[in-house]
Amino acid sequence: MLETIWFLLWGILWAVYFMLDGFDLGLGTLMPVVAKTEIERRLVYRIMGPFWDGNEVWLITAGGVTFAAFPTTYAVMFSGLYSALMLILFALIIRGVSFAFREEVNNPRWKAVWDTCLVIGSFLPALLLGVAFANIFHGLPIDQDGIFQGTLFTLLNPYGLAGGILFVLLFLVHGVLWLAVKSTGELHDRAAKLAPKLWAALLAMAVLFLLATRRATFLYDNYMANPLLFLILAVTVLALVMIRVFIQKGAWWRAWFASCATIVGTTLFGVVGLYPKLLPSSLNPAYSLTISNSSSSPLTLKIMLAVALTFVPIVIAYQVWVHHLFRHKTGEEDLEHEEGY
Amino acid sequence: MDALMLSRLQFAAATFFHFIFVPLTLGLSILIAIMETKFVRTGDEEYRRMAKFWGKIFIINFAVGVVTGITLEFQFGTNWSRYSRYVGDIFGSILAIEATLAFFLESTFLAVWIFGWKRLSPKLHCLCIWLVAFASNLSALWILMANAWMQHPVGYTLRNGRAELTDFLAVVTQPFGFQIFFHTLSGAYILAGFFVMGVSAYHLLRKQHVAFFSKSLRMGLVFALIFSLAELVQGHIHGSEVAKIQPAKLAAMEALWDTQAGAPQTLFLIPDEKNERNLVEFGKIPGALSMLAYHSPTATVKGLKDFPKEERPPVALTFIAFRVMVGLGFFFALVTVIAWFKRKTLESSPRFLKLLLYSIPLPYIALQAGWIVTEVGRQPWIVYGLMKTKDAVSPIAVSQVGTTLAAFILAYSALGAVAFYLVAKHVRRGPEPAAAAARGEG
Repeated sequence: MLETIWFLLWGILWAVYFMLDGFDLGLGTLMPVVAKTEIERRLVYRIMGPFWDGNEVWLITAGGVTFAAFPTTYAVMFSGLYSALMLILFALIIRGVSFAFREEVNNPRWKAVWDTCLVIGSFLPALLLGVAFANIFHGLPIDQDGIFQGTLFTLLNPYGLAGGILFVLLFLVHGVLWLAVKSTGELHDRAAKLAPKLWAALLAMAVLFLLATRRATFLYDNYMANPLLFLILAVTVLALVMIRVFIQKGAWWRAWFASCATIVGTTLFGVVGLYPKLLPSSLNPAYSLTISNSSSSPLTLKIMLAVALTFVPIVIAYQVWVHHLFRHKTGEEDLEHEEGY
Repeated sequence: MDALMLSRLQFAAATFFHFIFVPLTLGLSILIAIMETKFVRTGDEEYRRMAKFWGKIFIINFAVGVVTGITLEFQFGTNWSRYSRYVGDIFGSILAIEATLAFFLESTFLAVWIFGWKRLSPKLHCLCIWLVAFASNLSALWILMANAWMQHPVGYTLRNGRAELTDFLAVVTQPFGFQIFFHTLSGAYILAGFFVMGVSAYHLLRKQHVAFFSKSLRMGLVFALIFSLAELVQGHIHGSEVAKIQPAKLAAMEALWDTQAGAPQTLFLIPDEKNERNLVEFGKIPGALSMLAYHSPTATVKGLKDFPKEERPPVALTFIAFRVMVGLGFFFALVTVIAWFKRKTLESSPRFLKLLLYSIPLPYIALQAGWIVTEVGRQPWIVYGLMKTKDAVSPIAVSQVGTTLAAFILAYSALGAVAFYLVAKHVRRGPEPAAAAARGEG
């Protein structure tokens, strides 16, 4: 029971991470497309500024919780995905510092360097997290000792790549909607024009991915065994459709919330399909890591549950407050302020 | 080189680099919070400019600290998977708690502080930097408790082929953990104090922004003085704790080969590990080591030869690092005490100001040396007495680790150079002119 609760929390934490960091990873990737002038680029940074770091802590927490609740999974997954994870880390490093470093020197070439870091540092994690999760859904070549029998290129199989592209598109839509919510003028218009196009690509990719999932994974087994679970998929598809409806109406906040629901739904769709496995082995189902053979002791799970149930709501409360505090649209007048990096 | 050695180097490089940036943020956040509090209380615009000037340095250091910290957390899984599996029940949960309790708070409210000067009342804005200071220090507490468990595992039992938690309170309140916490934190505060003094001295030497930097210097001095003196006392207590729970580390710190009663402290020696002896030794103070370690001049101190060869830490490195740390510790106390007595005339004493300026790197060296004593001195164990480092490494290919190690060194060197350049540039430019700050355009 405890293990099942933690499995769900584990899935939810990753889903929340994707939902939050998704918009700034997506917007960071889109920066050169949506921002044409120096002022617009500064605005894009300014729009992500108050949020990106708080968002990224969810990644640390999701990683930490994997470590704490399912140490064996953490060990096998992170060492197995070595090269992919390291690439993600390097990307996040150059991306994280670009926020703080870019404005420090007033020189177009200096700024171009950090803009490049932002784009690469946003795109790569989006892609590779998708590749990693698709491979987890599919199963990794894990032997009986939990040793990964493959390389980075094992991960770049068609299904893994499809997962990567799906994540990139999910985040691009999420980011462009966030930009539409937060900006005015030309920047807003450009975001508004781009949103339906990105959405169409996402829809196509989502359909493809759902079909491929049927061939490449066992995720649907849980759904067939318990058809009520198809509700998750139904809500996710509905949310995806609603994004388009709200874009049409110009209801950008609602479109963004629908996009949140789509990302959370997509993640949970996969996680629920995985249950009770955390990391299926593609070599032999018996080598798979599950909630029973990879979890922490009941005492640790209980303590961690108490900590999570007490403090995660507090975190959510103050992060919501921060969103409320910076709820305004960001315009050129904000750049005149002394506020900022 | 094998994956083990490469992974050790990679972790060492990542920790070393992370710990260049973090200590300054631990102390500086508190100093900035005090500055802003003074602004809120007195309305004196200069304190606000101080908070902003030092705040920028904090932000640059924080950014590098964050991105390099994520790498550390993930490396336990990527490079030390056998360790992670063995101790995740305890160690993993402490890391997860750290993120949930401290790191969220720190990251979220730092952003509010940076972007909220106009949107929050001065009091609320000031509260944000206090939260950042509180959270960064709380974060250090959890991380060091996790490290303390590797130094001195408690509250566990060996079950299911791994260490499982039996007593959570024992793990998170173990006295040795608080020793490490206070020792490391005092070191970080000394570093922050010396940094602020050194940067202030730079401008005072040039007679620029004299009022601004005199105030800053004074604050840095008080901070550095308190913690330099506290560190002398605490360091001694810490040392005798190490003697009790990690006798092999103590023997290596002192390069003591033979077990003896009334062990001396040797002021200068050159350890010769191969032949299990010291090449040169002079300045022996009889009984001093026994006194320092066990508070009795006749107490017996265990020498390295009484530990099996494969359970001894590298002697020379541990020994030298310990000497460097302690020597610098005394230097910090001396400098700050002198500075305190000269505090009324410091601004007009170029020689002393120069000393302060050139002392900026020293606490950095002392802190890194301290980590070497802690971590190298614990070898060959990753968890003292429980698991050896060689049994902890991931089953990964040499080529993988070799590639990432090279990438880390390249990326971190570049990052370090850029961060240094930016901090130096900001320092040289000095604070914004008072008029601009008053108009609210900084």
